[in-house]
Amino acid sequence: MIHAFEYRGTYLVLDVESGAVHEVDKPSYDVISAVEQGNAVYALPYSHSLIKEITDEIDELRKEGLFDTPAPAAPKANAAFSPIKSMCLNVAHDCNLRCAYCFAETGEFHGGRMLMPLDTAKAALDMLIKRSGGRYHLEVDLFGGEPLMNWDVVKGIVEYGRMLEKEHNKHINFTITTNGLALDDEKIDFINREMFNVVISIDGRKEVHDALRVTPNRKGSYDVIVPKAQKLVSERGDGEHYIRGTYTADNLDFTEDVKALTRLGFEQISIEPVVLKPDEPHAINESNVDKAIAEYDRLADYVIERRREGKPFNFFHFHVDLENAPCLAKRALGCGAGVEYVAVAPNGDIYPCHQFVGDSAFLLGNVLDKDAEGNVPLNEDIRQSFASCNIFTKEKCSSCWAKYFCSGGCAANAHKLNGSINEPCDISCRLLKKRTEIAIGMATVKE
Amino acid sequence: MKHIKNIQKPCIRNGANTACGECQASCQSACKTSCTVANQKCVKTAK
Repeated sequence: MIHAFEYRGTYLVLDVESGAVHEVDKPSYDVISAVEQGNAVYALPYSHSLIKEITDEIDELRKEGLFDTPAPAAPKANAAFSPIKSMCLNVAHDCNLRCAYCFAETGEFHGGRMLMPLDTAKAALDMLIKRSGGRYHLEVDLFGGEPLMNWDVVKGIVEYGRMLEKEHNKHINFTITTNGLALDDEKIDFINREMFNVVISIDGRKEVHDALRVTPNRKGSYDVIVPKAQKLVSERGDGEHYIRGTYTADNLDFTEDVKALTRLGFEQISIEPVVLKPDEPHAINESNVDKAIAEYDRLADYVIERRREGKPFNFFHFHVDLENAPCLAKRALGCGAGVEYVAVAPNGDIYPCHQFVGDSAFLLGNVLDKDAEGNVPLNEDIRQSFASCNIFTKEKCSSCWAKYFCSGGCAANAHKLNGSINEPCDISCRLLKKRTEIAIGMATVKE
Repeated sequence: MKHIKNIQKPCIRNGANTACGECQASCQSACKTSCTVANQKCVKTAK
Protein backbone atom coordinates (compact mmCIF):
# COMPACT_ATOMS: atom_id res chain seq x y z
CA MET A 1 0.00 0.00 0.00
CA ILE A 2 1.18 3.53 -0.76
CA HIS A 3 -0.07 7.01 0.03
CA ALA A 4 0.75 10.09 -2.04
CA PHE A 5 0.17 13.53 -0.54
CA GLU A 6 1.28 17.13 -0.75
CA TYR A 7 3.06 18.82 2.13
CA ARG A 8 3.61 22.58 1.81
CA GLY A 9 4.28 22.37 -1.93
CA THR A 10 6.37 19.17 -1.79
CA TYR A 11 5.00 15.91 -3.17
CA LEU A 12 5.58 12.94 -0.89
CA VAL A 13 4.86 9.23 -1.09
CA LEU A 14 4.67 6.99 1.97
CA ASP A 15 5.32 3.29 1.54
CA VAL A 16 2.84 2.27 4.20
CA GLU A 17 4.15 -1.14 5.22
CA SER A 18 7.83 -0.21 5.48
CA GLY A 19 7.54 3.44 6.57
CA ALA A 20 9.85 4.59 3.75
CA VAL A 21 9.15 8.08 2.38
CA HIS A 22 9.94 9.40 -1.10
CA GLU A 23 9.97 12.92 -2.46
CA VAL A 24 8.60 12.94 -6.00
CA ASP A 25 8.06 15.42 -8.82
CA LYS A 26 4.58 16.44 -9.98
CA PRO A 27 4.28 13.91 -12.84
CA SER A 28 5.34 11.10 -10.49
CA TYR A 29 2.87 12.33 -7.89
CA ASP A 30 0.10 12.18 -10.47
CA VAL A 31 1.15 8.73 -11.66
CA ILE A 32 1.41 7.34 -8.13
CA SER A 33 -1.88 8.96 -7.08
CA ALA A 34 -3.55 7.32 -10.08
CA VAL A 35 -2.11 3.97 -9.01
CA GLU A 36 -3.26 4.57 -5.39
CA GLN A 37 -6.76 5.36 -6.59
CA GLY A 38 -6.86 2.49 -9.08
CA ASN A 39 -6.97 4.78 -12.15
CA ALA A 40 -5.21 4.22 -15.48
CA VAL A 41 -1.82 6.01 -15.56
CA TYR A 42 -1.73 6.36 -19.37
CA ALA A 43 -4.88 8.48 -19.20
CA LEU A 44 -2.78 11.21 -17.53
CA PRO A 45 -1.72 14.23 -19.64
CA TYR A 46 1.94 13.12 -19.88
CA SER A 47 3.89 11.48 -22.70
CA HIS A 48 4.12 7.71 -22.66
CA SER A 49 7.91 7.94 -22.42
CA LEU A 50 7.70 10.09 -19.28
CA ILE A 51 5.18 7.75 -17.68
CA LYS A 52 7.43 4.82 -18.62
CA GLU A 53 10.42 6.51 -16.95
CA ILE A 54 8.41 6.98 -13.78
CA THR A 55 6.98 3.46 -13.70
CA ASP A 56 10.50 2.08 -14.27
CA GLU A 57 11.72 4.00 -11.23
CA ILE A 58 8.77 2.66 -9.24
CA ASP A 59 9.65 -0.90 -10.29
CA GLU A 60 13.24 -0.35 -9.14
CA LEU A 61 12.05 0.87 -5.74
CA ARG A 62 9.69 -2.07 -5.50
CA LYS A 63 12.63 -4.46 -6.00
CA GLU A 64 14.50 -2.67 -3.21
CA GLY A 65 11.57 -3.11 -0.80
CA LEU A 66 10.80 0.62 -0.75
CA PHE A 67 7.53 0.79 -2.65
CA ASP A 68 4.23 -1.01 -2.18
CA THR A 69 5.86 -3.40 0.27
CA PRO A 70 3.67 -6.39 1.23
CA ALA A 71 1.93 -6.29 4.62
CA PRO A 72 3.57 -8.32 7.40
CA ALA A 73 1.81 -11.11 9.25
CA ALA A 74 -0.34 -9.88 12.12
CA PRO A 75 1.33 -10.26 15.53
CA LYS A 76 -0.61 -12.58 17.82
CA ALA A 77 -2.21 -10.90 20.81
CA ASN A 78 -3.40 -12.91 23.77
CA ALA A 79 -4.50 -10.72 26.63
CA ALA A 80 -4.37 -13.46 29.23
CA PHE A 81 -0.59 -13.72 28.78
CA SER A 82 0.04 -10.02 28.41
CA PRO A 83 1.65 -8.21 31.30
CA ILE A 84 0.02 -5.01 32.55
CA LYS A 85 2.64 -2.27 32.53
CA SER A 86 0.62 0.89 32.69
CA MET A 87 -2.05 2.17 35.01
CA CYS A 88 -4.22 5.24 35.21
CA LEU A 89 -5.04 5.85 38.83
CA ASN A 90 -8.17 7.96 39.22
CA VAL A 91 -7.24 9.23 42.66
CA ALA A 92 -10.10 11.75 42.69
CA HIS A 93 -13.54 11.45 41.20
CA ASP A 94 -14.06 15.06 41.97
CA CYS A 95 -12.95 18.26 40.32
CA ASN A 96 -12.62 21.92 41.17
CA LEU A 97 -13.65 22.88 37.62
CA ARG A 98 -16.86 22.27 35.68
CA CYS A 99 -15.58 22.16 32.10
CA ALA A 100 -18.43 22.07 29.61
CA TYR A 101 -16.93 19.30 27.46
CA CYS A 102 -15.68 17.00 30.25
CA PHE A 103 -15.87 13.30 29.32
CA ALA A 104 -15.87 12.46 33.02
CA GLU A 105 -19.06 14.32 33.97
CA THR A 106 -16.95 17.06 35.62
CA GLY A 107 -15.27 14.44 37.76
CA GLU A 108 -18.15 12.16 38.73
CA PHE A 109 -17.54 9.43 36.13
CA HIS A 110 -21.21 8.31 36.37
CA GLY A 111 -20.73 7.29 40.00
CA GLY A 112 -20.74 10.30 42.31
CA ARG A 113 -17.85 12.25 43.79
CA MET A 114 -15.27 10.22 45.68
CA LEU A 115 -11.58 10.29 46.61
CA MET A 116 -9.43 7.16 46.41
CA PRO A 117 -8.25 5.92 49.84
CA LEU A 118 -4.51 5.27 50.10
CA ASP A 119 -5.08 1.57 50.80
CA THR A 120 -6.96 1.22 47.51
CA ALA A 121 -4.19 3.03 45.66
CA LYS A 122 -1.63 0.71 47.24
CA ALA A 123 -3.68 -2.35 46.26
CA ALA A 124 -3.74 -1.02 42.69
CA LEU A 125 0.05 -0.70 42.62
CA ASP A 126 0.41 -4.16 44.13
CA MET A 127 -1.69 -5.52 41.28
CA LEU A 128 0.38 -3.63 38.72
CA ILE A 129 3.61 -5.08 40.10
CA LYS A 130 2.16 -8.58 40.25
CA ARG A 131 0.75 -8.39 36.71
CA SER A 132 3.80 -6.73 35.16
CA GLY A 133 5.74 -9.94 34.59
CA GLY A 134 9.21 -9.22 33.25
CA ARG A 135 8.55 -5.58 32.35
CA TYR A 136 11.02 -3.21 34.01
CA HIS A 137 9.48 0.12 33.00
CA LEU A 138 6.03 0.70 34.47
CA GLU A 139 3.83 3.79 34.29
CA VAL A 140 1.32 5.21 36.69
CA ASP A 141 -0.64 8.31 35.72
CA LEU A 142 -2.24 10.15 38.60
CA PHE A 143 -5.51 11.26 37.12
CA GLY A 144 -8.98 12.34 38.05
CA GLY A 145 -11.19 14.27 38.07
CA GLU A 146 -8.55 16.48 39.51
CA PRO A 147 -5.76 14.53 41.25
CA LEU A 148 -4.52 17.51 43.27
CA MET A 149 -7.79 17.27 45.26
CA ASN A 150 -6.40 14.10 46.81
CA TRP A 151 -2.89 15.38 47.38
CA ASP A 152 -1.99 13.27 50.42
CA VAL A 153 -2.77 10.12 48.46
CA VAL A 154 -0.71 11.40 45.50
CA LYS A 155 2.29 11.78 47.81
CA GLY A 156 1.56 8.53 49.63
CA ILE A 157 1.31 6.45 46.49
CA VAL A 158 4.54 7.84 45.05
CA GLU A 159 6.32 6.98 48.32
CA TYR A 160 4.81 3.48 48.21
CA GLY A 161 5.77 3.07 44.56
CA ARG A 162 9.39 4.01 45.26
CA MET A 163 9.49 1.29 47.91
CA LEU A 164 8.00 -1.27 45.49
CA GLU A 165 10.58 -0.33 42.85
CA LYS A 166 13.42 -1.36 45.14
CA GLU A 167 11.66 -4.49 46.35
CA HIS A 168 10.82 -5.78 42.87
CA ASN A 169 13.54 -4.26 40.67
CA LYS A 170 11.13 -2.13 38.66
CA HIS A 171 11.10 1.48 37.56
CA ILE A 172 7.84 3.38 37.83
CA ASN A 173 7.40 6.52 35.76
CA PHE A 174 4.80 8.52 37.64
CA THR A 175 2.95 11.14 35.64
CA ILE A 176 0.19 13.54 36.60
CA THR A 177 -2.57 15.18 34.59
CA THR A 178 -3.92 18.29 36.28
CA ASN A 179 -5.96 21.40 35.57
CA GLY A 180 -3.40 23.32 37.61
CA LEU A 181 -5.91 25.23 39.72
CA ALA A 182 -4.71 23.87 43.07
CA LEU A 183 -0.99 24.05 42.33
CA ASP A 184 1.14 25.71 44.98
CA ASP A 185 4.88 25.83 45.70
CA GLU A 186 4.90 22.57 47.64
CA LYS A 187 3.00 20.70 44.93
CA ILE A 188 5.16 22.17 42.17
CA ASP A 189 8.33 21.08 43.97
CA PHE A 190 6.99 17.58 44.50
CA ILE A 191 5.72 17.19 40.94
CA ASN A 192 8.97 18.43 39.44
CA ARG A 193 10.96 16.09 41.64
CA GLU A 194 8.88 12.94 41.32
CA MET A 195 6.92 13.04 38.08
CA PHE A 196 8.36 11.79 34.81
CA ASN A 197 5.80 13.85 32.93
CA VAL A 198 3.18 16.40 33.84
CA VAL A 199 0.24 17.46 31.70
CA ILE A 200 -1.46 20.76 32.51
CA SER A 201 -4.74 21.66 30.83
CA ILE A 202 -4.93 25.14 29.28
CA ASP A 203 -7.04 25.72 26.18
CA GLY A 204 -5.10 28.65 24.71
CA ARG A 205 -6.51 32.15 24.52
CA LYS A 206 -7.99 33.49 27.76
CA GLU A 207 -11.44 33.97 26.25
CA VAL A 208 -11.43 30.44 24.79
CA HIS A 209 -10.22 28.85 28.03
CA ASP A 210 -12.60 30.81 30.25
CA ALA A 211 -15.62 30.08 28.08
CA LEU A 212 -15.56 26.37 28.92
CA ARG A 213 -13.09 25.76 31.75
CA VAL A 214 -14.99 27.35 34.62
CA THR A 215 -15.17 26.95 38.38
CA PRO A 216 -18.37 25.66 40.05
CA ASN A 217 -19.52 29.27 40.40
CA ARG A 218 -19.02 29.76 36.63
CA LYS A 219 -15.89 31.90 36.84
CA GLY A 220 -13.10 31.48 34.31
CA SER A 221 -9.98 29.75 35.61
CA TYR A 222 -7.33 31.13 33.22
CA ASP A 223 -5.93 33.91 35.42
CA VAL A 224 -5.37 31.54 38.34
CA ILE A 225 -3.91 28.65 36.36
CA VAL A 226 -1.55 30.32 33.91
CA PRO A 227 0.96 31.83 36.41
CA LYS A 228 1.09 28.53 38.29
CA ALA A 229 1.68 26.57 35.10
CA GLN A 230 4.40 29.01 34.05
CA LYS A 231 6.11 28.63 37.41
CA LEU A 232 5.97 24.83 37.25
CA VAL A 233 7.32 24.73 33.70
CA SER A 234 10.09 27.27 34.32
CA GLU A 235 11.28 25.38 37.39
CA ARG A 236 11.00 22.03 35.60
CA GLY A 237 13.86 22.73 33.22
CA ASP A 238 14.18 19.98 30.63
CA GLY A 239 11.70 17.69 32.39
CA GLU A 240 8.94 16.29 30.25
CA HIS A 241 5.67 18.18 30.32
CA TYR A 242 2.82 19.23 28.07
CA ILE A 243 0.40 22.08 28.07
CA ARG A 244 -2.65 20.29 26.79
CA GLY A 245 -5.65 22.09 25.40
CA THR A 246 -8.91 21.02 23.84
CA TYR A 247 -10.38 22.70 20.80
CA THR A 248 -14.06 22.59 19.98
CA ALA A 249 -16.40 23.83 17.27
CA ASP A 250 -16.20 27.21 19.01
CA ASN A 251 -12.49 27.74 18.24
CA LEU A 252 -11.71 26.11 14.93
CA ASP A 253 -9.09 28.83 14.51
CA PHE A 254 -7.09 26.97 17.17
CA THR A 255 -3.78 28.10 15.67
CA GLU A 256 -4.50 31.31 17.58
CA ASP A 257 -4.67 29.26 20.77
CA VAL A 258 -1.33 27.63 20.05
CA LYS A 259 0.11 31.08 19.37
CA ALA A 260 -1.30 32.32 22.68
CA LEU A 261 0.38 29.43 24.51
CA THR A 262 3.73 30.11 22.85
CA ARG A 263 3.43 33.78 23.81
CA LEU A 264 3.08 32.62 27.42
CA GLY A 265 6.46 30.89 27.03
CA PHE A 266 5.23 27.31 26.68
CA GLU A 267 7.17 25.15 24.21
CA GLN A 268 5.55 21.72 24.67
CA ILE A 269 2.02 22.00 23.41
CA SER A 270 -0.79 19.62 22.59
CA ILE A 271 -4.16 20.88 21.42
CA GLU A 272 -6.66 18.08 20.84
CA PRO A 273 -10.07 17.93 19.18
CA VAL A 274 -12.92 17.57 21.66
CA VAL A 275 -14.62 14.17 21.68
CA LEU A 276 -18.37 14.66 21.75
CA LYS A 277 -21.31 13.13 19.92
CA PRO A 278 -22.05 15.09 16.72
CA ASP A 279 -25.24 16.67 18.03
CA GLU A 280 -23.80 17.81 21.36
CA PRO A 281 -22.89 21.47 21.91
CA HIS A 282 -19.27 22.31 20.91
CA ALA A 283 -18.88 19.07 18.89
CA ILE A 284 -16.63 18.62 15.87
CA ASN A 285 -18.96 17.11 13.27
CA GLU A 286 -19.54 16.88 9.52
CA SER A 287 -20.52 20.53 9.33
CA ASN A 288 -17.18 21.84 10.62
CA VAL A 289 -14.55 19.12 10.31
CA ASP A 290 -13.19 20.45 7.00
CA LYS A 291 -12.49 23.76 8.69
CA ALA A 292 -10.61 21.97 11.45
CA ILE A 293 -8.57 20.02 8.89
CA ALA A 294 -7.67 23.20 7.01
CA GLU A 295 -6.61 24.85 10.27
CA TYR A 296 -3.82 22.30 10.68
CA ASP A 297 -2.20 23.80 7.54
CA ARG A 298 -2.25 27.22 9.21
CA LEU A 299 -0.77 25.70 12.33
CA ALA A 300 1.97 24.00 10.31
CA ASP A 301 2.85 27.39 8.80
CA TYR A 302 3.17 28.82 12.30
CA VAL A 303 5.35 25.93 13.50
CA ILE A 304 7.69 26.43 10.53
CA GLU A 305 7.69 30.21 10.96
CA ARG A 306 8.80 29.81 14.58
CA ARG A 307 11.52 27.35 13.59
CA ARG A 308 12.87 29.81 11.04
CA GLU A 309 12.87 32.54 13.67
CA GLY A 310 14.95 30.30 15.95
CA LYS A 311 12.07 30.00 18.43
CA PRO A 312 10.91 26.41 17.88
CA PHE A 313 8.24 24.70 19.92
CA ASN A 314 6.88 21.17 19.87
CA PHE A 315 3.31 20.51 18.81
CA PHE A 316 2.55 16.98 20.00
CA HIS A 317 0.64 15.82 16.93
CA PHE A 318 3.14 17.20 14.43
CA HIS A 319 5.96 15.21 15.96
CA VAL A 320 7.07 11.82 14.67
CA ASP A 321 10.49 10.43 15.39
CA LEU A 322 11.00 8.17 12.39
CA GLU A 323 14.53 7.12 13.38
CA ASN A 324 13.54 5.90 16.84
CA ALA A 325 9.97 5.00 16.08
CA PRO A 326 8.10 2.17 17.78
CA CYS A 327 8.27 -1.33 16.32
CA LEU A 328 5.48 -3.14 14.49
CA ALA A 329 4.24 -4.95 17.60
CA LYS A 330 3.74 -1.66 19.41
CA ARG A 331 1.99 -0.10 16.43
CA ALA A 332 -0.26 -3.13 16.10
CA LEU A 333 -1.33 -3.10 19.73
CA GLY A 334 -1.94 0.65 19.85
CA CYS A 335 -2.84 2.30 23.13
CA GLY A 336 -2.90 -1.03 24.96
CA ALA A 337 -6.21 -0.31 26.69
CA GLY A 338 -7.54 -3.34 28.52
CA VAL A 339 -4.45 -5.35 27.69
CA GLU A 340 -1.29 -3.71 29.00
CA TYR A 341 -3.03 -0.58 30.26
CA VAL A 342 -5.88 -0.30 32.77
CA ALA A 343 -7.55 2.42 34.80
CA VAL A 344 -8.59 2.14 38.44
CA ALA A 345 -11.50 4.09 39.96
CA PRO A 346 -11.43 5.41 43.55
CA ASN A 347 -13.44 2.39 44.77
CA GLY A 348 -10.89 0.03 43.21
CA ASP A 349 -12.92 -0.94 40.15
CA ILE A 350 -10.72 -1.70 37.15
CA TYR A 351 -11.57 -0.64 33.58
CA PRO A 352 -9.75 -0.92 30.22
CA CYS A 353 -8.83 2.78 30.28
CA HIS A 354 -9.74 6.05 31.95
CA GLN A 355 -12.46 6.78 29.39
CA PHE A 356 -14.35 3.57 30.20
CA VAL A 357 -14.39 4.24 33.95
CA GLY A 358 -17.92 4.00 35.30
CA ASP A 359 -19.25 1.95 32.38
CA SER A 360 -20.28 -1.33 34.00
CA ALA A 361 -20.21 -3.17 30.66
CA PHE A 362 -16.42 -2.79 30.74
CA LEU A 363 -15.76 -3.60 34.40
CA LEU A 364 -12.69 -5.85 34.54
CA GLY A 365 -12.51 -6.47 38.29
CA ASN A 366 -11.58 -4.71 41.54
CA VAL A 367 -8.11 -4.30 43.02
CA LEU A 368 -9.47 -5.17 46.47
CA ASP A 369 -10.88 -8.54 45.38
CA LYS A 370 -8.13 -11.11 45.59
CA ASP A 371 -8.12 -14.87 45.23
CA ALA A 372 -6.47 -17.27 47.67
CA GLU A 373 -3.06 -16.61 46.10
CA GLY A 374 -3.42 -12.86 46.36
CA ASN A 375 -4.09 -12.32 42.65
CA VAL A 376 -6.74 -9.93 41.38
CA PRO A 377 -8.93 -11.86 38.90
CA LEU A 378 -9.79 -9.91 35.74
CA ASN A 379 -12.51 -10.44 33.17
CA GLU A 380 -10.32 -12.00 30.50
CA ASP A 381 -13.11 -12.02 27.91
CA ILE A 382 -13.24 -8.22 27.97
CA ARG A 383 -9.44 -8.03 27.91
CA GLN A 384 -9.29 -10.36 24.94
CA SER A 385 -11.88 -8.27 23.08
CA PHE A 386 -9.43 -5.36 23.34
CA ALA A 387 -6.45 -7.52 22.38
CA SER A 388 -8.38 -8.64 19.31
CA CYS A 389 -9.24 -5.08 18.37
CA ASN A 390 -6.28 -3.88 16.33
CA ILE A 391 -5.24 -2.56 12.93
CA PHE A 392 -5.10 -6.06 11.48
CA THR A 393 -8.59 -7.04 12.62
CA LYS A 394 -10.49 -3.79 12.11
CA GLU A 395 -11.83 -3.60 8.57
CA LYS A 396 -11.47 0.18 8.24
CA CYS A 397 -7.93 0.13 9.59
CA SER A 398 -6.44 -2.74 7.64
CA SER A 399 -6.80 -0.84 4.36
CA CYS A 400 -5.89 2.60 5.75
CA TRP A 401 -2.51 4.20 4.99
CA ALA A 402 -2.31 5.84 8.44
CA LYS A 403 -2.73 2.62 10.45
CA TYR A 404 0.85 2.46 11.71
CA PHE A 405 0.70 6.04 12.97
CA CYS A 406 -2.56 5.95 14.92
CA SER A 407 -2.59 2.18 15.61
CA GLY A 408 -6.31 2.12 15.10
CA GLY A 409 -7.20 5.19 17.12
CA CYS A 410 -8.95 5.44 20.44
CA ALA A 411 -11.17 2.48 21.36
CA ALA A 412 -13.13 4.61 23.82
CA ASN A 413 -13.91 7.24 21.20
CA ALA A 414 -15.02 4.51 18.81
CA HIS A 415 -17.29 3.05 21.46
CA LYS A 416 -18.67 6.44 22.43
CA LEU A 417 -19.35 7.66 18.90
CA ASN A 418 -20.05 4.42 16.99
CA GLY A 419 -21.11 2.00 19.71
CA SER A 420 -18.23 -0.42 19.08
CA ILE A 421 -14.54 -0.45 19.94
CA ASN A 422 -13.99 -1.99 16.48
CA GLU A 423 -15.60 0.88 14.58
CA PRO A 424 -13.24 3.89 14.43
CA CYS A 425 -14.76 7.35 14.36
CA ASP A 426 -14.54 8.77 10.84
CA ILE A 427 -14.05 12.36 11.95
CA SER A 428 -11.21 11.40 14.31
CA CYS A 429 -9.63 9.45 11.44
CA ARG A 430 -9.79 12.41 9.05
CA LEU A 431 -8.20 14.73 11.59
CA LEU A 432 -5.53 12.17 12.42
CA LYS A 433 -4.65 11.64 8.76
CA LYS A 434 -4.17 15.35 8.20
CA ARG A 435 -1.95 15.69 11.27
CA THR A 436 0.03 12.64 10.21
CA GLU A 437 0.70 13.97 6.71
CA ILE A 438 2.04 17.17 8.24
CA ALA A 439 4.10 15.27 10.80
CA ILE A 440 5.70 13.09 8.12
CA GLY A 441 6.40 16.18 6.04
CA MET A 442 8.00 18.00 8.95
CA ALA A 443 10.15 14.98 9.76
CA THR A 444 11.42 14.40 6.23
CA VAL A 445 11.35 17.58 4.15
CA LYS A 446 14.18 20.07 4.58
CA GLU A 447 12.58 23.49 4.88
CA MET B 1 16.70 8.37 -10.09
CA LYS B 2 15.30 11.32 -11.93
CA HIS B 3 11.78 11.61 -10.61
CA ILE B 4 11.69 9.87 -7.23
CA LYS B 5 14.08 10.49 -4.35
CA ASN B 6 14.04 8.34 -1.24
CA ILE B 7 14.21 10.65 1.80
CA GLN B 8 13.37 8.19 4.57
CA LYS B 9 14.49 4.59 4.80
CA PRO B 10 12.08 1.91 6.07
CA CYS B 11 11.45 2.55 9.75
CA ILE B 12 8.82 0.03 10.84
CA ARG B 13 10.93 -2.59 12.53
CA ASN B 14 9.68 -6.12 12.87
CA GLY B 15 11.11 -9.46 13.98
CA ALA B 16 14.28 -9.83 16.05
CA ASN B 17 14.92 -7.37 18.88
CA THR B 18 11.42 -5.89 18.76
CA ALA B 19 8.25 -6.27 20.82
CA CYS B 20 10.07 -5.95 24.16
CA GLY B 21 7.08 -4.02 25.53
CA GLU B 22 9.22 -1.61 27.55
CA CYS B 23 7.93 1.51 25.77
CA GLN B 24 5.37 3.88 27.21
CA ALA B 25 1.70 3.06 26.67
CA SER B 26 0.63 5.65 24.14
CA CYS B 27 -2.38 7.00 25.99
CA GLN B 28 -0.12 7.76 28.93
CA SER B 29 1.84 10.30 26.92
CA ALA B 30 0.43 13.76 26.42
CA CYS B 31 -2.87 13.14 24.81
CA LYS B 32 -5.27 11.04 26.85
CA THR B 33 -7.90 11.32 24.14
CA SER B 34 -6.58 11.11 20.60
CA CYS B 35 -4.34 8.14 20.18
CA THR B 36 -1.07 8.63 18.35
CA VAL B 37 1.66 6.05 18.52
CA ALA B 38 4.25 7.12 16.01
CA ASN B 39 5.30 10.20 17.93
CA GLN B 40 6.63 8.02 20.69
CA LYS B 41 10.11 6.62 20.87
CA CYS B 42 11.33 3.06 21.05
CA VAL B 43 13.01 2.67 24.44
CA LYS B 44 15.82 0.61 22.92
CA THR B 45 16.72 2.61 19.81
CA ALA B 46 16.35 5.99 21.50
CA LYS B 47 19.08 5.17 24.02
